[in-house]
Amino acid sequence: MTDVVIAGAAETDEIGVLPHHSTLRLHVEGARNAVADAGLRMSDIDGIASVSSPGPVMVAHALGVAPRWIDGTGVGGTSFLLHVRHAVEAIRAGHASTVLITHGESGRSRVGAARGAFPASSPNAQFEAPYGVTGPPSMFTIPLLRYMKEFGLTAEQLASVAVVQREWASRNPRARYRDPITVEDVLASKMISYPLHLLECCLVTDGGGALVVTSAERARDLPRPPVHILGTGETFESPLISQMADFTTSAAFRRSSADAFAEAGITHSDVDHVMIYDAFAHVPVYGLEDMGFVGRGEAGAFIAEGRTAPGGELPLNTNGGGLSYTHTGMYGMFLVQESVRQLRGQAAAQVPGAEVSVALGNGGMFMAAGTLVLSNHT
Amino acid sequence: MPTPETQPFFDAAARGELRIQRCLDCGRPFFHPRPCCPFCASADLEWFTTSGRATLYSYTITHRPAPGFEAPYAIAVVQLAEGPRMMTNIVGVENTPGNLVLDMDLRVTFEQRGDVTIPQFTPVEVA
Repeated sequence: MTDVVIAGAAETDEIGVLPHHSTLRLHVEGARNAVADAGLRMSDIDGIASVSSPGPVMVAHALGVAPRWIDGTGVGGTSFLLHVRHAVEAIRAGHASTVLITHGESGRSRVGAARGAFPASSPNAQFEAPYGVTGPPSMFTIPLLRYMKEFGLTAEQLASVAVVQREWASRNPRARYRDPITVEDVLASKMISYPLHLLECCLVTDGGGALVVTSAERARDLPRPPVHILGTGETFESPLISQMADFTTSAAFRRSSADAFAEAGITHSDVDHVMIYDAFAHVPVYGLEDMGFVGRGEAGAFIAEGRTAPGGELPLNTNGGGLSYTHTGMYGMFLVQESVRQLRGQAAAQVPGAEVSVALGNGGMFMAAGTLVLSNHT
Repeated sequence: MPTPETQPFFDAAARGELRIQRCLDCGRPFFHPRPCCPFCASADLEWFTTSGRATLYSYTITHRPAPGFEAPYAIAVVQLAEGPRMMTNIVGVENTPGNLVLDMDLRVTFEQRGDVTIPQFTPVEVA
């Protein structure tokens, strides 16, 4: 079995509000940065993965890449974690030697952005849209009240998710929001979709990033320390939020993470650093429980007690997360970028001695999940 | 826009009936309408009329309205007495956290929306 690593990882030069950048430019800029970071040339790339739009063919064409392996898997914001998983298998099978995975999204400025509406004959359009949903803020939030009732999660505990992530963001010069906030600030912010306030909802930004995945053997003479891909998982639950089996737990989070942990052969005590997709404040609560870091109903108190904060035992979302760092709409790429930075020892809010990092991505509204277990050693 | 698989649902709604499908192999009812059973993949299905009774499973109150809606309003998921869940709105009561209590009893009502009729739910008055 060929050991496969992340040899290059980089974001766009800027993230935030970039009305002068097209979606394609964001892909291309992230890709050029990541290939340079790997110490490679674009001509070394023989596999490409990206999610629409503009899609892997358009991106490869723009970069002058002639791939012999293409992946356009699109399951929302976690797609890039699945691309990493698929790239591992492609490299092991000999279908490609060096895979480029790109993300770019003009989520804020909407330059060249695709419209996200569901086709009129889809189940989503027939059985959810008529009830006045307006995308993630009014859909992803629906399960939360059931969780709060079942497990007694308080509004203050939920608000603490945003407070702790802002603590991490305050250490990161690239984070969009860095001023400290309190639980009271969160609860006093505008109600967006009850019970979630503005500061419990993610940013909407422009940006991108890319990864270069190759064999450990190929990476041996490259400049960056390789980040080993120890375990991966992917799955989906339901394209309709209303059809989740249980509103207090994500079956997709559980299954993809169990697979990734099993493949990596690690236990929770081996993990030094965690990234969980935080489109809204409740998602890390679900993620910590569904990955098994805490028991059912325990994540709210765990976060409120500071155990995921700087100095805590389980550093979580150390870039500031989707709530304070950036969220282009498909945030999964930025989870992996921060895991790689932590494992290379080059993060803005560095976790001392981080050796194993786990990233959990969400796609759609609890629709799909991908999990990666990464390490700076085999 | 209904498809051949979903048309019976909307035809029933237009008559004031909430009809869903049931699998004739494994016996389980399900929503939303589709061409095969989500539990056992059997295509041997039948339609049946539900009781129209449900309980409030979860909801959010959105403050950013969709076109044609006046905020704030609840986007709810209800659990039908027969088991399956569906998204809906709660009508006949001001949509406030105090009025919308999880697990409260609801009954179906219908609203004409252009060419289609959709089910909504309203609280059952406590005697």
